Formats: sequence, C-alpha cells, structure tokens
Amino acid sequence: MKSRYSALALLKAAMFPGGGTPAWTECEPKTRYDIVIVGGGGHGLATAYYLASNHGLRNVAVIERGWIGGGNTGRNTTVVRSNYLYPESARLYDFSLKRYETLGRDLNFNIMLSQRGLMLLAHSRHDLETHARSANAMWMNGIDAELLSREEVASRVPLLDVSAGARFPVLGGLNQRRAGTARHDAVAWGYARAAHSLGIDIVQNCEVKGFLKGGNGGVCGVDTTRGRIAAERVGIAAAGQSTVLAALAGFQLPITSYALQAMVSEPVKPCLDTVVLSGATGTYVSQSDKGEMVMRGALDFYASYAQRGSIAVGQNVIGGVISLFPALGHLALLRQWAGIVDVVHDSSPIISGTPVENLYINCGWGTGGFKAIPVGGWTFAHLLATGASHELAEPFQLQRFTSGRLIDEAAASGIAH
Amino acid sequence: MLQIECPWCGLRDEPEFSYGGPSHVTRPTQEVSDAGWAEYLFTRANPKGVLRERWRHTFGCGQWFNLARDTVTHRIVEIYRMGDASSDE
Repeated sequence: MKSRYSALALLKAAMFPGGGTPAWTECEPKTRYDIVIVGGGGHGLATAYYLASNHGLRNVAVIERGWIGGGNTGRNTTVVRSNYLYPESARLYDFSLKRYETLGRDLNFNIMLSQRGLMLLAHSRHDLETHARSANAMWMNGIDAELLSREEVASRVPLLDVSAGARFPVLGGLNQRRAGTARHDAVAWGYARAAHSLGIDIVQNCEVKGFLKGGNGGVCGVDTTRGRIAAERVGIAAAGQSTVLAALAGFQLPITSYALQAMVSEPVKPCLDTVVLSGATGTYVSQSDKGEMVMRGALDFYASYAQRGSIAVGQNVIGGVISLFPALGHLALLRQWAGIVDVVHDSSPIISGTPVENLYINCGWGTGGFKAIPVGGWTFAHLLATGASHELAEPFQLQRFTSGRLIDEAAASGIAH
Repeated sequence: MLQIECPWCGLRDEPEFSYGGPSHVTRPTQEVSDAGWAEYLFTRANPKGVLRERWRHTFGCGQWFNLARDTVTHRIVEIYRMGDASSDE
C-alpha cells in the first residue's frame, strides 16, 4: 500500500499540502493473466481483492468497459441488510453484513458504514403476520430482528404519518438494527485501492468484444477494445450486462435485465435516522449524509438496457413516499437515475461455473447487489481460485434451475421485484 | 414515459398498459428433457436491441397484443395483434 490512511496521515497532509498520491493507478493491460475479471463494479473489485488477500493470486486483472463503480455500484440506494427468509440466503447475506462491519478496517478505507437500522412497515393485519413469520425465520437463522408496535414505530420515525386517517395506516414494523447504509463509491474505491496495492491491475475503458476459446472449446482469454488478453480463467461480474456477455461466450442465462430507478430530493437538515421500507407503497426511503432524501421503488416492469427510469414509475415512487411522509411533499426533486439490474426468477444470485469451461459468473443479484458485494467477491474469488464452489455459494449455482431447487426470495425484501 | 399505440384504442400512455414478457415462447411437448423444461420456464430472450414482447392494454380495452421494442432506446418498431406474424417472420 502506498500510504496508510490514518488520523496522523490526515494531519500531515493538512500541514504539508500538495503531497497526495492517487489511491490506485491506471494500468495498461498485460497480454496474459492467471485470472481476468470482467466488470469493475463492487463485485468484480471485491473478487480481485479476495483473490489476492485470501488466495495469494496476484496476476489478476479487472477490466471495466466504463469507469470503476460507474454502473449499479454507483446507482443504488446504499442499503445493507440481511433480513432474508431462507437459511441459504440468511447465511449468505449475513456473512456479507459481517464483512461490511469490519470492511473499513480491513481495507483501510472509510466506507462510512452507518448501522442505523432498517424498518419494514406493516400496513395491514396480513403484513403483521408476514412480519412475525420473517422475524421468526431471522431469529432461527441467528440474525437480529425485532417486532415493533405502532407506538414504537411512531416514536422512532416521527416524520411518518401514523394517524388513523393515513392512506397507508401503520400497524407495526419489523426492524433489523444491524442494517443500515454505507457509502457506495467508497466501497468500490476501497476495494480498488486495496486490490491494486496487492498487485492487481485495474483497467478501465476496456470493453470485452468476445471470448478467446482453446482447442477444447474452453475459454482461454478475452478479446477487448484494448487488445487480446490471455487468461487461465475468466470471471464475469457484470450485473445487467450478463446475458450480453454470456451470448458472446455462446450460452444463455435465466436472467432478464430491467431498469431500477432511484432519486434524491434537495438536501435538508437531518430528519430521518433510519431506513424505512414500505411494501404496500413499494418504496424505500433514507436520508443521505448530505441531507438528501434517497428514494427507491419497484422496477420499471419491462426489459431495459437504458440507464434511465420511466417517469410513470418515478411518479408512483414519489406518490408512495409522500403518502407515508406528507412533510416531504414540499421538497424539490434533485436527481433521478436508473441502473440495469439482472433479475432471476427466484430473486437469488448465481455464483457458478458456466457451460463453457474456465468461464465463471457472478450475477443475478437483481435489485440488491450492493449489500452483497463482500460475500459476492469472497465466494466468487474462491470459485475462481479453486474451481470449486464456496460452501456459502453452493446452493446458488445454475444447476438449480434444472433441478428445481430454487431459493425463492422473491417476496423477502417486501417489495415486488 | 412510453406511448403505445394499442391496436384497438390508439395511442395511450404507459400507465394504462401491463408488460407480459417476450412473445412467441412455445411450450415444449411432454417428451422434453429437464434442461429443455428449465429453459422454457426460466430462460427468456434478453437482447440489448429489438425484443418482441406481449403487452396488455389493462386499463383500456383489456386486450393483449404484440410489440417490438428496442430495449436501449425504447423506440417501438412494430405493433401487431396476437396471432399475427411479425414482419420479420
């Protein structure tokens, strides 16, 4: 590592300005690597970091079509949580949340993790029953959960309309205290800096045009806009672009790409210190450290590769948010954007080998890839390094679609997606 | 916001319609293999470009129809009724 970030380093930089060094440096791609990772988002960068730190593999490149963290890693609502229903998912996502809890120290990069809690609102008797089931599942899986009464919800989120006349009456809540938010760009940059310091090459503006195949039909490298790069193994971590890359390699994936939009209001003083999620209105709301209200809703429900959201869906999101928080109706909208997410039928990820030898894929995180960056990277690095599935990722392979052993988390996040 | 020309009602706004996924998916016969069945159930065309898909004018006439749309630009290339052949068939 070029320089270690610390309070002392900050003080030194303040006293002797102008001595800053880049966190990592741009590389020309070499002609050969042990492993090439396609996709420089959170998952690709984390994979590279864990290949070096867990498996000692340093002859590795991450190649990115645009700039690192410029896809879904920079477009999500920064929520981290592990309130899943099934044991396989609970293990996976809680491992991720635990990695996030120490990530700032592990990477020597402040990812601004704020475990401010995530509260799922109950708007009906049926929601209360579903929440009780979810809470029980979480406790069984060893994950923190608490069921809140209407009064507890009201005292924790004073801005919320819990009056009897509310369009969406609030009857209670399901809370995960360890959930919260983290700075999304810092996660990408932190992993990039730490991976680079261990000898990993990060190559931006390098688009994959095709896969190089050996005599046995297996992949032996990638053809890119910056030349051919040979590799023993290639890993794809490209979210919404996964099926496009799979098609270049000659196979199909059970994935549909959709636009998922998010938006922020103008910044205001702190007024919401937790993440609020409402299934009935299909919205997430939190407040960023800058003061913006960060809002997200359901997918734009038609296949899309356009990184922009439909106004029709955006209006529904805003309508939902304002019905929960009438006071926010006064705010102006500052920005609206979308990322292209890779949605699988059971809303569970794919961390798997592919029909093509030496080619592996990490995809299918759909609307919730950000929270899974540490575990996605950890398990994908294990797969790329050893050729065998990590224990946590074992249930999440492509074979499950043929065997029928789906892990149907489609309803677990409380939002139709 | 998309504006879609319903074959029965004419040009209407996106919120009146529901999306029904890709068109022209054929259910396999009973002799299908597990892999073939999985492909029928779960694998859908997901092109970065023109996709032929089914839409329903849910909050209008309620009819299903086919539509060819570019998934990058959202430009609607063709609209044709259920059972009709697409121009490139």
